[in-house]
Amino acid sequence: MEPSMKAPLVRLLCAAALLSIFPAKAAEVSVAVAANFTAPMQRIAAEFERDTGHKVQLAFGATGKFYAQIRNGAPFELFLAADDATPMKLEQEGATVAGSRFTYAIGKLVLWSPKPGLVDGKGEVLKRGAFAHLSIANPKTAPYGAAAMDVLRKLGLADTLAAKLVTGENIAQAHQFVASGNAELGFVALSQVWADGRLTSGSAWLVPGDLHEPIRQDAVILAAGRDKPAARALADYLRGAKAVAIIKSHGYGR
Amino acid sequence: MTNAADFAAIRLTLELAAVTTAILLVVGTPVAWWLARTRSRMKGVIGAVVALPLVLPPSVIGFYLLVTMGPQGPVGQLTQALGLGVLPFTFAGLVVGSVFYSLPFVVQPLQQAFEAIGERPLEVAATLRAGALDTFFTVVLPLACPGFVTAAVLGFAHTVGEFGVVLMIGGNIPEKTRVVSVQIYDHVEALEYAQAHWLSAGMVAFSFLVLLLLYSRKRGGVR
Amino acid sequence: MSPAAAVRVSGSGIEARFRLAWSGFALDAALQLPGRGVSALFGHSGSGKTTLLRCLAGLERATDGYLAVRGEVWQDDVRGVYVPTHRRPLGYVFQEASLFPHLSVRRNLEFGLKRVAAAERRVSLDHAIALLGIEPLLERMPERLSGGERQRVAIARALATSPRLLLMDEPLAALDAQRKAEILPYLERLHGELDIPVVYVSHAPEEVARLADHVVLLRDGRVLASGAIDEVMPRLDLPFAHDEEAFVVVDAQVAGRDERFALTRLEFAGLPLWITGLDAPLGAQVRARVLARDVSLALAERHDSSILNVLPARVVSLDDASPGRTLVRLDVAGRALLARITTRSAVQMGIAPGMDLFAQVKGVALLR
Repeated sequence: MEPSMKAPLVRLLCAAALLSIFPAKAAEVSVAVAANFTAPMQRIAAEFERDTGHKVQLAFGATGKFYAQIRNGAPFELFLAADDATPMKLEQEGATVAGSRFTYAIGKLVLWSPKPGLVDGKGEVLKRGAFAHLSIANPKTAPYGAAAMDVLRKLGLADTLAAKLVTGENIAQAHQFVASGNAELGFVALSQVWADGRLTSGSAWLVPGDLHEPIRQDAVILAAGRDKPAARALADYLRGAKAVAIIKSHGYGR
Repeated sequence: MTNAADFAAIRLTLELAAVTTAILLVVGTPVAWWLARTRSRMKGVIGAVVALPLVLPPSVIGFYLLVTMGPQGPVGQLTQALGLGVLPFTFAGLVVGSVFYSLPFVVQPLQQAFEAIGERPLEVAATLRAGALDTFFTVVLPLACPGFVTAAVLGFAHTVGEFGVVLMIGGNIPEKTRVVSVQIYDHVEALEYAQAHWLSAGMVAFSFLVLLLLYSRKRGGVR
Repeated sequence: MSPAAAVRVSGSGIEARFRLAWSGFALDAALQLPGRGVSALFGHSGSGKTTLLRCLAGLERATDGYLAVRGEVWQDDVRGVYVPTHRRPLGYVFQEASLFPHLSVRRNLEFGLKRVAAAERRVSLDHAIALLGIEPLLERMPERLSGGERQRVAIARALATSPRLLLMDEPLAALDAQRKAEILPYLERLHGELDIPVVYVSHAPEEVARLADHVVLLRDGRVLASGAIDEVMPRLDLPFAHDEEAFVVVDAQVAGRDERFALTRLEFAGLPLWITGLDAPLGAQVRARVLARDVSLALAERHDSSILNVLPARVVSLDDASPGRTLVRLDVAGRALLARITTRSAVQMGIAPGMDLFAQVKGVALLR
């Protein structure tokens, strides 16, 4: 346990030391990224590095955990959250660069099953209720989970299906419950089951946007990135045409 | 400061730990006995398997349990064939996961206790007409009593402290699979730090008390 | 495997044949022991005596083994008979008392007793307790007993199971001289009062001389000699006779006393043998020890020396024990005596097998 805990810490300290010695030449940007945005961000970062010569350090994880780490001094310069509430909270607490917050992606909710034909194009399968488990992300902590509960309430199914809900800690786990077959279907992120413009497997119902609050994923430049041109450059790059194309191809909206 | 959901999580956690410990003592005793007495070459293999949960990250254990107990997994196929359905998202599933996860914490102290008894008392019992089972209950069990206490306490405490496995196979269902550690995680994720503190401090106090009990009892020297 | 000792054969003794091979040690022993009295397994450490005893108990599984005790077959690998230890009606006393530490003395004693069917009980608990003198210890825990007390409890515990064979593995070895002296009388009483054959492992000639009726001499896992103690001890081809303290044992009856000089007359092979002291009651069966170095030889019966016991003897054989010394085995009215004299005396006297002469016995020590 210990060595693996120490290694990143040592690396972090070294990085911090280097940064303080060569502040002007610092062309590296440290980014905290919501786990659901892992795949598109890796591609965007690669493009960004090629186009600008800056270096990007990506850390992927749960938004709530990043919040706690940032509040306790983690040296991230840019934060790509899985929701809009957390960046706003950080902004109110003065932990960000004022006016730097923007929506970089809008999550699309989909009702999905790995079984072909199980989920119909209108979500009628929910009303029939012929399944044992419906997987969702934790509505208390995950935006996709909150959106899923919105949908169930709008359809008037929240109470009837309550006993069948299983909750993943995050949208990745909600997807895993369904993918492993332990839950027959679940509300997951389109980005999880979408590649190259089509469904990777099974059957799905793309939930209409009017059935839930929009799942806004906001980014913000953190206090540590205040005088870092590279952080600003990456924030701008995320809004550029190249990045937007990548984001859309992964099943997110803008 | 706390609410009904927290208390439900605490009750569920204690239930899970109690059931798991009881099963582990029943299952772990013959395994530990075999490990303590055998000269078989399989001893190393079985010993290593028992110790696996000590080194494996809980996420690995949880992931494989989820897959093997799922509808397509071998265990899942078996439980379905037996008409038990599938185990993930159920209390029984958590018990199975916890039994595997806490196995070394029960088997190893028992094995050490059995090894410490040695050959002689068993031979003496045999020359006094006691058969193997008779000897086990009238000689081994009383002599290994401190080992059983250690095993039960460690098994219980370790199950209470379990998080990763439950997270992977539990599905976070209130009063069924949402244990204290998951509840704490949820509070932290939801930025409900006061409640997280309340429960976390409780866990620290509980674990400390358990270990204090264990270590001061050992220093007192029952044997 | 037979579940019980169902197979019976004729014979009242113990017949055993064991073969066992470990790395660095092999046991290959065949034995015929009498079904009564004490048989001593004697030998140096590593000679296989404890292993042999464990084979008798079934604690060690010999291959190709055979064991019948007083007509009951406990092991016969040819016929696939093997009675596990806990079904053998035996008692076993280990070198260390090995009492159960979690049970009081009383509960230790009852442990074996409880597991013996009422019909099979021939030694009562009270008898065992009285025999070993442990009445005052009954409510104590083993950790609060002395070494000697523990061993007495262990012996009583084994006796309480009414064994048909009592096996003892150097029960005195772990005790100091005082504790040994404390227990030996109990062992002798046991011998006198109970009709249970005992197989007793020892490497101490003293113990063997006091307790044994039959001696088995072991070396390197093999039986070197086996026979009655008064036959085996005087054999010149065995190491006993060559010991610095070589002796023979003399079983005799107390036949008379001389109160005035405080002497007791033993009847030995029809001849009188005087010992000092008046301890033994008239008519008692006693055992005495005569050291080889305490016996000298004379060609004529002499009455002008201080030696009290002069016995007519015939020379059986001679052996040069060590440079300058000769061991002479004598026959005194059918019983054996050993004399150790200087080689020069032997040559000057012209001692040879078949020669009649007189043995002058300087000292006789009562063993029991």
